[in-house]
This record gives sequence, C-alpha cells and structure tokens, in this order.
Amino acid sequence: MAAVGTASTEQYNYDIVRKFSIMALFWAVIGMLMGVLIASQLAWPILNLDPWFTFGRLRPIHTGGVIFGFGGCALFATSYYIVQRTCQARLFGNGLASYTFWAWQLIIVLAASSYVLGYSQGKEYAEMEWPIDLLIDVTWVAYIVVFVGTVMKRKQPHIYVANWFYIVFLLAVALLHIGNSLAIPVGLTTMKSYPLFAGTQDAMLQWWYGHNAVGFFLTAAFLGMMYYFVPKQAGRPIYSYRLSIVHFWALSFMYMWAGPHHLHWTALPDWVSSMGATFSIMLLLPSWGGMINGIMTLSGAWDKLRSDPIMRFMIVALSFYGMSTFEGPMMSLKDVNALSHYTDWTVGHVHSGALGWVAMISFGALYHMIPRLWDTKLYSTKLVTVHFWLATIGILLYITAMWISGIMQGLMWRAFDDFGNLQYSFAETVAAMHPFYAMRALGGLVFLAGMLVMVYNCWKTIAQGKAAEAAVAPAAA
Amino acid sequence: MKHDSIERNVGLMIVMMMLAISIGGLVEIIPLFFINETVEKVDGVRPYTPLELRGRDIYVREGCFLCHSQMIRPFRDEQLRYGHYSLAAESQYDHPFQWGSKRTGPDLARVGKKYSNEWQVAHLMDPQAMVPESVMPKYPFLQQTKLDYSDVADRMAALRLTGVPYSANQAELDKNTKQFGADAAKMLHMPDASKNLVDQAQNGFGGIAGNYDGDAANVTEMDALVAYLQVLGTMVDFKKYDNDQFVKYR
Repeated sequence: MAAVGTASTEQYNYDIVRKFSIMALFWAVIGMLMGVLIASQLAWPILNLDPWFTFGRLRPIHTGGVIFGFGGCALFATSYYIVQRTCQARLFGNGLASYTFWAWQLIIVLAASSYVLGYSQGKEYAEMEWPIDLLIDVTWVAYIVVFVGTVMKRKQPHIYVANWFYIVFLLAVALLHIGNSLAIPVGLTTMKSYPLFAGTQDAMLQWWYGHNAVGFFLTAAFLGMMYYFVPKQAGRPIYSYRLSIVHFWALSFMYMWAGPHHLHWTALPDWVSSMGATFSIMLLLPSWGGMINGIMTLSGAWDKLRSDPIMRFMIVALSFYGMSTFEGPMMSLKDVNALSHYTDWTVGHVHSGALGWVAMISFGALYHMIPRLWDTKLYSTKLVTVHFWLATIGILLYITAMWISGIMQGLMWRAFDDFGNLQYSFAETVAAMHPFYAMRALGGLVFLAGMLVMVYNCWKTIAQGKAAEAAVAPAAA
Repeated sequence: MKHDSIERNVGLMIVMMMLAISIGGLVEIIPLFFINETVEKVDGVRPYTPLELRGRDIYVREGCFLCHSQMIRPFRDEQLRYGHYSLAAESQYDHPFQWGSKRTGPDLARVGKKYSNEWQVAHLMDPQAMVPESVMPKYPFLQQTKLDYSDVADRMAALRLTGVPYSANQAELDKNTKQFGADAAKMLHMPDASKNLVDQAQNGFGGIAGNYDGDAANVTEMDALVAYLQVLGTMVDFKKYDNDQFVKYR
C-alpha cells in the first residue's frame, strides 16, 4: 500500500478516513461515559446536579453521542473507505468531503452543548433545535454528493452490495430527517421552535423517523459495513448473492412500515398499529437474511472464530443482530407490547442491538481498517481479545438487568390483589428497580472499560505507524 | 428488468430505492390527516394559556418526557392507576407530542388537580422528601428563576402558524368564545398574552388557585411548570359521555 505521506498523490483519499476513524473512537468514549453517568444517576439520584446536569438534559448527549458521534463517524469512515476501494476510484470532491468531516464534528458539539443549556425539540433522537437541523441537512446533502459522486466515477462497472446499503441509508436518513424536523421557529434569532405537527400525527411522524433511524442509520448502513469487512477479514466471498438482493429490497421496503410498534395501545388509530405490528413480524425474515449471509460467509473457515478476535467481534455482532431482530418483532406483537411498553425491557432491547450489533461490528471494522490506514500492524491482538470479553460481559450484565427489571415492572404495574385493587404503588415498583439500575450501570462501565482498551490499542497502533513512516522519510529524502 | 442492470446504474438504483422507502411513510402518515375519526369529537380540549404554555416549554426543556409518559392505555390497571385512557383529542394542540416512551416515573396524562399546588412544588424541589423511593432529580432552580415571559406572544404566534387557534383579532376571539367559552377565549388572545400570564400566575385559572409556588412577589418558572401540570388531563369531562362513546374512534 502506498506511503501515507502526501495526500494528493495517493490513489485513494485515506486522510479523511483516518480523521473519521479517530473521532469515532473519541465520541465512543464520550458517549459511553455519558451513558454510564446517566445510568448511575438513575441508581443514585444524588448524582443529578440542577440545572445543567440532570438526567433529562444529559440523556440526549448520550444517545446523540453514541448514535451520531460514534456511529456516525464510524459510518463516514467506513463508507468513504469502502466506496473508494470497491469502486476503484478516489473519493469525489476533496473539499466537500473535508467539509463533511468538520461540519459533522461541529454538529455533535453544538447538539451536546445545546442540550445542557436547555434547547430541545422534545422528540427522541431528534432533539436538535432548528439551526442545527439545517446544518445537518446541508451536511447530509454534501455526504450524498461525495458518496454518489464517487460511485459515478467508478472504474469497476458493477456496484458492490455494501454500497447499496450505504446509498439507501443516505437517502432514507435525508427523507426521515427532513420530514421529522419540520418546525416553526419562534424567531430567527432564537433557538426555540415548535414542531409543525401535534398529537397523534406528530407521534406517527416521530416514530416513522425514530424506528427508521434504527432501521437505516443503525441497521442498513452497518449491514453495508458488514458486507465489506466480514468477507475481507474472513478472506472468503459473501455466502449468497441472491440472498443479498432479496433481503436488501425486503428490508428497505418493510422497515419504513414498522414505526407504529412504538405506539401500540396509545391514541394512535388501531389500524396503523396493526400495520406496524404486521410489518415488524415480517421484517424478521430480511433481517435474518442479512445475519445468515454474514455468518455463513465464514463457512469453511470457522476456525477463524478461535484464532482471530477481530473475526470473533464481527460474527458475535451478527449473532446479537439476529437476537435483537428476533426480540424486536416479538415485542412488536400487541399483547407482548402491552407488557413491555414503557418498561426497561425496551431499553434492554435497544442496548442489545446497539452494543451487541452496532458497536461490535464497528469495533471489528475499525480494528481491520486502522492498521491498514497507518500502514502498520495492529499493536496487540491479545488486547482485542481482552476488549471482546469486556464488551461481551458488559452487554450480558446490561441486558440481563434490563430483562429482569423490565418484565418485573410490567408485571407489578398490572398486578391486582384479591380484592381487585392494584397490588403495588408506583413508588414500590421504583424501589424494586434499584438493584437492576446498579447492575446495568456496572454493565455499561465494563463495556466502557473495553472501549478504553480499544482506544489504547489503536493509539499505540497509530503511533507505531507514524514512527515507521518517520523512519522511512528521512532515508528517502 | 434484471437486477444486474440496477447494479450497474446508480441513477436507476436511486430511483428504485426512493420508491421502496417512500411507500410505508405515505400509507401510515398521510391518512391520519384526512380520516376524521383520528381525532375524537369531544368538548373541552383547548389550547394552553400563556402561563401553561411556558410551563410546557420548561417541561420539554428539562426532558421530563424521558421518564414520564403522558399516554394512558385502555387497560384496567391503568384506568385504576391513572384514569380514563388518553384520547387523541387531548393532545391535539401538543407541539411536540409528549406521549413518552418510558415510565421511570408515573404517567402524567391526568396528573392535573390530583395533587395540591403545594405538593407539586415540594415534590419538584425535592422529590425524595415526598416520595422516598423516587429517583427523580431535584429542581430547586425552578423556584429561584424568574420566568422570562417577554416572548410569550411570539411563541403563541409561532404555534398559531402550526394551526393552534390562538386569536390575533376580534373575529378570531369571537370564534374562540363560541368554541371554548368566554373565560378560555380571553386567555388565548395573543395581544393580552403577557397580562394574562401574570394574571393567571397571581390568581389562577380553571379552578386552580394562583400563586402556584407560594411566592406571590415573583412569577417563577415553578409557577409556569405547576400551572401546566395542573391542567393535564382535566379538560375533558368524561362524565358527560357514555363508557363506549370513544371506542368507535380507535
């Protein structure tokens, strides 16, 4: 691979991939640290400090930090890496690509600071106020131009499957974000705005957005990541071309209907709720199509699970993906949802997907990419194994705690005594949650510890690469 | 058309993808604006008064919806614990909706008039003092912060653009009087917004006493938030309707 020195003479633009990779690690630590903090606030509420550092103001920093900071930068990094290499074309628009990097970092910083100061549109995963929303829209258009522009420049006529997933992600996120951010500002010099719609319609719009933020940002895009890095790491082709076609279109079409499962038994009309449940069940099939295609790629090379911890991260990520995309449809059934809605079970489900699938596949991808980006070897494979076990144990502590607390909550709320009165006061159910809140905070802490191991490993790897480059350069001069 | 031809043509691929991803949203969102039964025909629901609106804005600012839902489901245990299940009509002026996804704390859809002003203030100042098991943060700064209501008319104007029927002139005021009654219509008149806000803070409105936070000298953020909480779920008089009146809307 060419020396990493002068960017413009490189065949590919790896400078931007390097930048996004580093920021992915940075935001991962920040976002996960915020997660441990807010989890601790629920277990020990004395950790809330009004006005700026209360759970209500800090939570969007956690969700935004991990989804858009960590996840977003990981997607930018991997999408720019994959599209260049699979198209055999240098990234379109050096300046525009560079803009996407700086703008994205600014968006994360502005969003986080605005939440602490009390600016929020009051909708989950869409809390950014209108000026930040506009910046996101402009930056997203730039991202689409860079990515699609690169595809149009391709020397390889066939568009590789990973890129289909990234393109549908780009288009869907644009549609969803614009649709759900429609708002009237109170004034042009104030950050405060009111969403254009209200009540039931706003609820449907929000969860059309919210579920598909999961479906396209956290699923389709990361499947794109998976479709490149799994075969690369395994040294084997993707299991089934036909399966990739079928599950790709089924997933893209069906996901957009699943939103109402966030609103079962609410004031949303029953017909929409039924539609959401039906499509959510059907969605299990294309989701498992993706899981199967990824895992079966290892067919004939299963020993890599034992010998290669990076491969292990990727395959276990796909297993958690399968688990979450089974659990999700189950929770979308109205009768199951009658128990699970509003409880910690939902939180457990989110984190098995977020930590088990999204984070782990990103770890695998970054461990694969970073040594190559700095033209060196990974500093320590042993530390990857340490990270793997910390991550896995952290996830298991987290989701077990939430399954127990969530189901317990649901059952306690609906429990009647022999006289037909409610058995438990709400406060009693809160008291019962405490040990599981503590256990969940511990799980998150263990997961964060694994993240810090990864940061150390990558930092040493990059330093190694830079030192090797410095050693070569004076000799060449 | 073979799939291979889509895989070799990014323009065609984009068109096919846009088609695939647009349909779900169109089918599930658009009809909700045109099917009449989506929002029940029921008396009593009105837009928030200026003070209640500022209180709601504080509720949104603090992220209260992250721990408290405002959507009671049609289950027997929820009816006993919270009251009548929530109607779509009751949140029709809620920009944004605050139905919530999580009950770390109890549902608040019908918390209005359930507790006294004094209880609400004491609870917001120090939740654990009122409910020892609570994990809610303390919010004393609400009591210490004077409410900035200089832009309350602008806020109402922005909401008016979204379709909330705050009145800007006599004709609209008359329309509101017919729909919501004279007392409410007065409160929804934008030119008198600041005056109405202070008036409600001092004297109360809708059966709730004024001086919500016990500090008669100042209009504080606590006044606004408690005024908002005290109206939640109180607008519809369910005694006027048959048990099964609203089932047909679901």
